[in-house]
Amino acid sequence: MIVRGSDRVLIQGITGKQGTFWTERMQEYGTNVVGGVNPNKAGTVHCAVPVYASAKEAKKALNDEGGFDVSVLFIPPLGVKEAALDAIAAGAKGLVVLTEHIPVHDVMWFLAAARDAGCRVLGPNTAGSVTPGECFCGFMPAFNDNIFKPGRVGVISRSGSLGTLICLNLAQAGFGQSAFIGIGGDPIIGTTTRDALETLDVDSRTDAVVIVGEIGGAMEEAAAEYAGTMKKPIAAFIAGGAAPKGKRMGHAGAIVMGDRGTYDSKARALTAAGVTVVATPSAIGTWAREAIGGRRAS
Amino acid sequence: MNFQEHAAKPLLAAAGIAVPASQPARTPEAAAAAQKALGPVVVKAQVPTGKRGKAGGIRKADTPEQTRAAAEAILGMTIDGHRVESVLVESRADIKREFYAAVMNDPASKGPLVLFSTLGGMDIEEAAAKDASAIRRAAVDIRDGFDAKAARAMLKGLDLGGKDAQVADVLVRLYQVYRDNDAELIEINPLAVTGDGRMVALDCKFVMDDSAVKRHEELAKKGTPEKVTGLEAKGRALGLRYIELDGDVGVLANGAGLTMTTMDVVCHHGGKPANFLEIGGEAYTQAKPALELVLANPNVRSLVINFCGAFARTDVMTEGVLAALDAIKPKLPIHWSVHGTGDVEARAMLKEKLGVMPFATMDQACAAAVESARKAGGHR
Repeated sequence: MIVRGSDRVLIQGITGKQGTFWTERMQEYGTNVVGGVNPNKAGTVHCAVPVYASAKEAKKALNDEGGFDVSVLFIPPLGVKEAALDAIAAGAKGLVVLTEHIPVHDVMWFLAAARDAGCRVLGPNTAGSVTPGECFCGFMPAFNDNIFKPGRVGVISRSGSLGTLICLNLAQAGFGQSAFIGIGGDPIIGTTTRDALETLDVDSRTDAVVIVGEIGGAMEEAAAEYAGTMKKPIAAFIAGGAAPKGKRMGHAGAIVMGDRGTYDSKARALTAAGVTVVATPSAIGTWAREAIGGRRAS
Repeated sequence: MNFQEHAAKPLLAAAGIAVPASQPARTPEAAAAAQKALGPVVVKAQVPTGKRGKAGGIRKADTPEQTRAAAEAILGMTIDGHRVESVLVESRADIKREFYAAVMNDPASKGPLVLFSTLGGMDIEEAAAKDASAIRRAAVDIRDGFDAKAARAMLKGLDLGGKDAQVADVLVRLYQVYRDNDAELIEINPLAVTGDGRMVALDCKFVMDDSAVKRHEELAKKGTPEKVTGLEAKGRALGLRYIELDGDVGVLANGAGLTMTTMDVVCHHGGKPANFLEIGGEAYTQAKPALELVLANPNVRSLVINFCGAFARTDVMTEGVLAALDAIKPKLPIHWSVHGTGDVEARAMLKEKLGVMPFATMDQACAAAVESARKAGGHR
């Protein structure tokens, strides 16, 4: 899912501390925020947009001007299921679920509802998405133009901080980004590495792709199957090669169980699919110059 | 959160799945006493690992003397890194056949997955390698749940010796245990058919979703706390994700991905990280206690601080680290890499307070930290 500047964005949990801070950053950057949700503050105005009791109410009130397309959730873990189902029922085409530590049974529930409704979900446990020069959704430092600048490399990342570092390395090498897609660090997420890869494959603004993966699960292996069919050059960095087995490395999804989810398994699958697997983040710049330097990548 | 057999089986019993009569014991004497009421028994090590049988942690006994001897042999064993502190003395079933049944969260289908195999007593990967046709999988829409009809459909075509309805009933009840307790995994292996035709769960593994513990606070008290070192326990008390490792380069970074990467790059340059410690998310305001934690490890010879701000602001984190440095005044060399949200302010602070500039890349910072640790190690 790539969020565009033209997308109408709703913020669920807009009045909280983080909701307020990041809504202001998003608005400054160009994100088209059309409203917010807080059942206790319906009827008020916050961050210069109206606050509604629910996403359904927002949809009703905003219907004449086009409702909303994407909802960004600044909601505590145990409230996310209800908020997500509200947004899906209101017809959201996309959700950005930032919250970490949502019970997985709740996640599976609203992902099933989203799938049936044709709603794309980023996260949970994502830092969001950035379309440099256009808009961002979540808590990414999109406004830092040493890191995010318009260009033609698409970046897919399970981690916000590491994804940001990779974008910095691209920018330092002279390459901007067509989109940053933060997919999230949870084991069960709405948009997988493969889903994001398919999106960037057909995106006319994207010439090359960087996959920022990590140990745990089998998403990189699944993405490798699709990567093998792509013409656009792809590089990958996989975090966690030095991590001990059986320990969750911060992210709920980042754990090696027995011989599953290992660095080697992912690096092998991606390499076999023709993806350049780099050993350190700064090698991304070198790759970009060699793989796409001649093409118009920024 | 893992639950050992003795804590997991009552969940099955409460849901109407038969389990053998049993009694936990922490001493050979208690084990022998328990046996008297149970008759022929199995004495089973209570450790959160599936490798008990092969390690000699499961023994049969028919008399109090045999039970005492079995418990004596098992208590104090170390199995897969876990010291055995207690055993379960369990009435021995007359096993005619063994099945496998489980329900788990499945990342591929993004929903619950019910698993059944006619090859019980071995793990599911082993069974898959032996005979893939013995295994059945059913992806469930969590909104619909899993009923007897769905269970019968998944079992169709398997030879269950006429026990189809009983197996289906166990699967439905097992799914309910999974749902009611926010399980990540619940597994019965083996699910035995006894000589008198009953279905009995002889072992049970239950892992609760860590993110759902706050919905099950009473039950969670019966879970097995993860084994942690003293420093790791201290980290948890502070709400920090700290993992102690055996190297000498201390690592402080924000975000799980970036912290793992910092460890990777330290290794790439020939060094060994002393810890994993991330202060991402809301923890970014905790830089001061975080640094104190890193420095409390006596093996640390040098330090790399790698911040790449997104949600976490590098100026706030740098301020915290500077406060900690001021309080602790450590003598070891520190190597900085600072980028992202708040980096201009953070750099200015470092220049003013410490008279240092961060390295241009995290690669350089990590390489320098490895080199410093190597030099310091020489003087140990």
